Amino acid sequence: MQVTINGQQHMVDVAPDTPLLWFIRDTLGLTGTKYGCGMAQCGACTVHLNGAPIRSCVTPVAAAEGAQVTTIEGLAQEGQLHPVQQAWLDLQVPQCGYCQSGQILSAVALLETNPNPSDEDINVAMSGNICRCGMYTRIRAAIKQAAGVQVFDPAVEVANG
Amino acid sequence: MGKWTRRGFITAGVIGGGALVVGVALRPGNRNDKLRPYVEGPDEVLVNTWLKIDSANRVTVIVPHSEMGQGAQTVLAQMLADELDAKWEDVSFIEAPAQDEYANYAIGYGYLFGGMQVPNVLVGTLTGLTLQAGKAMNLQITGGSMSIRTTGEYGMRVAGAAAREMLLEAASEAWNVPVEQLRTDQGQIFKSDGSIAAPYSDFAAAAGEKTPPYTPKLKDVSQYRLMGKNIPRRDLPAKVDGSAMFGIDVSVPGMKVATIKAAPVFGSSVDSFDASSALTLIGVEQVVSLDDAVAVVADSYWNAKKGLDAVDIRWTQHENSGLNQSAIFEQFESAIDQALGSDDVEPEVDVGNVKAALARASGVIDVTYRAPYLAHACMEPMNATASVVGDTCEIWVGSQNPLGAKHAVAEALGIPPENVIIHNYLMGGGFGRRSFYDTIVQAAKISKQAGSPVKLVWSREEDMQHDFYRPAFSSRFQAQVDSRGQPVAWRNLFVNKGEPHEAPHIPYAIPNVWIGSVDKQMPIPTGPWRSVDHSQHAFFTESMIDELAHAGGRDPLQFRRDLLQDKPRHLAIIDRLEEMSNWQQALPEGRGRGIAIHECFGAIVGQVAEVSVQEGKLRVHRVACVADPGFAMSPDGYLAQMESGILYGMSAALSGSIDIEGGAVKQSNFHDYLSVRMDASPVIAVEIFNSGAPTGGAGEPGTPPIAPAVTNAIYAAVGLRVRELPISKQGFDVA
Repeated sequence: MQVTINGQQHMVDVAPDTPLLWFIRDTLGLTGTKYGCGMAQCGACTVHLNGAPIRSCVTPVAAAEGAQVTTIEGLAQEGQLHPVQQAWLDLQVPQCGYCQSGQILSAVALLETNPNPSDEDINVAMSGNICRCGMYTRIRAAIKQAAGVQVFDPAVEVANG
Repeated sequence: MGKWTRRGFITAGVIGGGALVVGVALRPGNRNDKLRPYVEGPDEVLVNTWLKIDSANRVTVIVPHSEMGQGAQTVLAQMLADELDAKWEDVSFIEAPAQDEYANYAIGYGYLFGGMQVPNVLVGTLTGLTLQAGKAMNLQITGGSMSIRTTGEYGMRVAGAAAREMLLEAASEAWNVPVEQLRTDQGQIFKSDGSIAAPYSDFAAAAGEKTPPYTPKLKDVSQYRLMGKNIPRRDLPAKVDGSAMFGIDVSVPGMKVATIKAAPVFGSSVDSFDASSALTLIGVEQVVSLDDAVAVVADSYWNAKKGLDAVDIRWTQHENSGLNQSAIFEQFESAIDQALGSDDVEPEVDVGNVKAALARASGVIDVTYRAPYLAHACMEPMNATASVVGDTCEIWVGSQNPLGAKHAVAEALGIPPENVIIHNYLMGGGFGRRSFYDTIVQAAKISKQAGSPVKLVWSREEDMQHDFYRPAFSSRFQAQVDSRGQPVAWRNLFVNKGEPHEAPHIPYAIPNVWIGSVDKQMPIPTGPWRSVDHSQHAFFTESMIDELAHAGGRDPLQFRRDLLQDKPRHLAIIDRLEEMSNWQQALPEGRGRGIAIHECFGAIVGQVAEVSVQEGKLRVHRVACVADPGFAMSPDGYLAQMESGILYGMSAALSGSIDIEGGAVKQSNFHDYLSVRMDASPVIAVEIFNSGAPTGGAGEPGTPPIAPAVTNAIYAAVGLRVRELPISKQGFDVA
């Protein structure tokens, strides 16, 4: 079995029911994808499977056979940060930073399908990712900055006010 | 801080057993020589313990605090660089190695000589050593919102200023120009007339031979170039591209991966176990027994976990297995009842005559509040990597107290502390949890048994069920307002006085106040949780003062204002909160605002929460927050800490509860220990007042006010007084 991660093909020599997370972390040594809960509750392990955000802690590596997997390490192109990563830096989003790989990948997937997300769209797309440091205000603002949406969107008042 | 002056600090640094802390030059024969291998590269001179300047004029700041998300390392370097007049682009920082010489004397000194007691939160993290004045302390801890206000104010700034003066002195000698005719800027020394200029590095070696000044002159606020400015955090680029290394990301040659299960019932231990089926599984190499836990060593985490699931473990019977959460609160409250009847409690505060006032009063409000145990639930589960070879041990971990860990590992393995090397990594959250060494000691023991380097990774379930929990408390109030709505008496008796001792104190002018506690310990491991005991007591006291306001038919904000007339910093916060929250503007039915204000770790923070309750669904819409930390060294960093403290406290207030069932923890993962998520996150507005008071903390003071702000808002919205957390226990849908 082979899986493609960040454009590179890898032979899979672990049991096919091994979660993709542990293949990525322990076998490939790509540690940007994080273990948080092991039961798809926190989103720290989020990666893209053919562009869609999935929880790699509950996805068997076999499910990725023949698919394109993108991890946080594969987001920057030719040394250039993805606009979402750049917005994260511009707004100084991370605190401890542990959940941010997952947050960023969820945000990138949102913007790829919805370049102009409303606050409610952001709520739906991002509520699977827990940030114990509570940086949701900055995450929301950074998504809007990356999307080119007015940061002080009156929609905030509608959705959360 | 009382007598704790900068002069005193430096004096103490020199006198206190020859302990070198700040502004003390490295000279041959100096005890700090053994630090040289850690911080000195070729052509570099260590000017003092907290900074070095190399031949290319690059400044490296040695930061004795670890990074758990608060951004303190950047800010500490910023403070030193400002006093040094260094060029920020040439400044980098490294975390201090876990050597006794880096024991955090700034923190220790603050407690020992500043008229404060050493708090239990720190004592609990020390192993085998007693804290005594003048003795070396194993304190390299990050906690107590201490980094900026102690290490920064009394360490970093003084070090930077002292180094600058020593460099000037060296330049003065070399050029034969009086110091008064020299000035510094951007890492250079100039003669005032501009005729000579040279980089600091030219004088670094000579400066290292100078006696450090006892009282280096610090900058006035008007001279700050870096302090008080928003400078991008240096740790963030690696946190957006996946390259940041947390403890859990460590890999060392020959490393195995282990995971562990400790006895679910606190106090129980391993009776026997059958590892035969586990050992047949792919990748499983060894099953290791520690007294109260079983660990499986394998070639990967997943295989270790599958192996552990296959081990059949029998635990010893323990009397704690009869312990349940309801009985814990009943025992707390019966202890309070007995103490109230006995009259022999030594009060923490005793002003006026509460007993006489309450005896005369009618309509005494007599209520009991409860706060549950809470887990820290750091996003990064507990982990540590250890390699034991003979009588040496190397550790890779993210720790709030690497020096304490070093001594704990040495004690556990029976080897000298100098044989333990700690490599400290980023922490995926700390919140107090990572000031303990339990996981680190486990990893060392497993590595010793396995005979190879071992990375021990706890499952989330293990993390949730074997924390050092925020203690559960009951707190009883007997209080009264007179016919004009003025509070007359405040009597507060709670269980288990902890740290900081002032957590239950109130700022309000009430003529008769009595605050005391009774000891009723439970066999549940507890420890510091963001803001330590302030989060429980602020909920109790700020709810109770709200009850008194309503009992007297008063507006809760105006009521507080009237009782804070001699507290200008509090008053300023309340005034601004009134504006920011549109306090006077009426809200529709089912909607309400609640206010709370609390001082801790040197900062005063007030918050107004606006909530709605509709068909049982509670929603926190917005939070206005005003903080007075004296001076915010990094304003944006301070804002982030307030946002973070609010959400951390709000998660706990809404649904956070660790419940004991049969002597074990009932909750196990994020599905039953909930966190606020994006969709429930309120709009947060924060303002900072730089009042000029001594610099206060950032990491913790944002947390305590939010629970009472929300519950007071619930009362305003629907008239229900929440006296037990979490709020979800009252039947509200909080998801």
